[in-house]
Amino acid sequence: MSPFLRSYLTVVWFGLAAFLLAGLLLGLSALLRPSRPTREKLTTYESGVDPVGEGWSQSQIRYYVFALLFVIFDVEAVFIFPWATQLERYGGFGLVEMGIFVAILLLGLIYAWRKGVLRWV
Amino acid sequence: MVGVELAYWAESLLRVLGGLVAVLLPAGTVVYLFLFKMMSFMQSRLGPMEAGPYGSLQLFAEVGKWLQKEDIVPTNAQPEARIFKIAPLVVLASTFLLVAVVPFGPDAWFTDFDGGIFYALAVSSVSVLGILIAGWSSANKYSLLGGLRAAGQLIAYELPMVLAVIGVVIQAGTMNLQKIVVAQNAGEIFGWDGLGNPFLLTQFVGFLIFMIAVQAELTQTPFDMPIAESELVSGYMTEYSGFRFLIFFIGEFATAGVFSMIASVLFLGGWGVPFAWFGWTAIDDVDNWMNVVGPLILFTKMIIVVFFVMWVRFSYPRFREDQLQRFAWKVLIPISLANIMVTAVLKVAF
Repeated sequence: MSPFLRSYLTVVWFGLAAFLLAGLLLGLSALLRPSRPTREKLTTYESGVDPVGEGWSQSQIRYYVFALLFVIFDVEAVFIFPWATQLERYGGFGLVEMGIFVAILLLGLIYAWRKGVLRWV
Repeated sequence: MVGVELAYWAESLLRVLGGLVAVLLPAGTVVYLFLFKMMSFMQSRLGPMEAGPYGSLQLFAEVGKWLQKEDIVPTNAQPEARIFKIAPLVVLASTFLLVAVVPFGPDAWFTDFDGGIFYALAVSSVSVLGILIAGWSSANKYSLLGGLRAAGQLIAYELPMVLAVIGVVIQAGTMNLQKIVVAQNAGEIFGWDGLGNPFLLTQFVGFLIFMIAVQAELTQTPFDMPIAESELVSGYMTEYSGFRFLIFFIGEFATAGVFSMIASVLFLGGWGVPFAWFGWTAIDDVDNWMNVVGPLILFTKMIIVVFFVMWVRFSYPRFREDQLQRFAWKVLIPISLANIMVTAVLKVAF
């Protein structure tokens, strides 16, 4: 296996280690802790009064707009990173190219700003 | 370079054990030193004093206490009990994945990715999934609001963080964290190499943006809107009890430690000392003893960075939700875009 893939295998081990550690501690806790559920104990917490209505509600459209903006800028970052590592080779040409790219994205941000979707109301 | 050859399983086992230490030791230190002691002193009280000298064994007492607490899944959350139970584990797993990329010495690393910092930024967002799962599956209004706020905040501050890191990548010319450390310690400031070239000096704006974003990613006050205890009880953690709550808690402070390590690697020179002190020029020259001293240096730098994070946390009141979003989108992102362009121009000019 190539060293590159081996590094990713290490990542898998680390992820498993997290679940193993938490699993072990939760297992230990299961041996020690009591379990005496009552109806009152299992009600949803709402500052001590009986819960009103359902726990799940519909969320506002603003989350959708921010998520969309996030995707746009995150994809932009994906393009900037490889460019950033090779800037020395590209020189002035790369600089102008990226200047145009960032300017277009900045225009997008300004457009969203002017449209008023950046307000969290 | 170390001349020890290990079988793959032994090497992996060592790495995983090292990873456990690298997650739990900073978490414990941060909680005891800052959350217990520093906060107490700032509030003119002593903090825990009973368990061990100066309360230093308090953490073990706490873990013992949490182990015995009942694990409650509310009736309303029963349909989603499985994902309700797994959410804290996802948050903890994110921390473990994050620490896998931090270099501790010339040979003391877990993974040596060429896209190291890119990987770190990617896996640090995994915790958002855990938080959203926790907030939604609790079937509690506070939890749902907290989870949504957390998601909105984490994605808003992810961007300035990513864009601030690009400045460092431009300067170092690589995304590999190990090479970023070497670039800083082997560097020179206008021909003087007594201090190396820590990017803290040349990327100071980037460092400030990065630290503000870290503060927000860790949901520490002034950015603790998702768990605002005076309005949302405990946000997405409201319905969690017993050890699952503690896993969230460990995850939060372990991530604080790991993010501070990454900040030290990116801006403060990581595990290294300026190479000129010992006449080294490249990573192959670095003596073996740096594998022991390196982690200690990184740990010291981490403590200093966490100190600032906690200092801010204990000193400032909370941002309002709309202020928080406005600050990210209208202040930090434009500044970090400008930072990228200025860095690029200076890099090409010099």
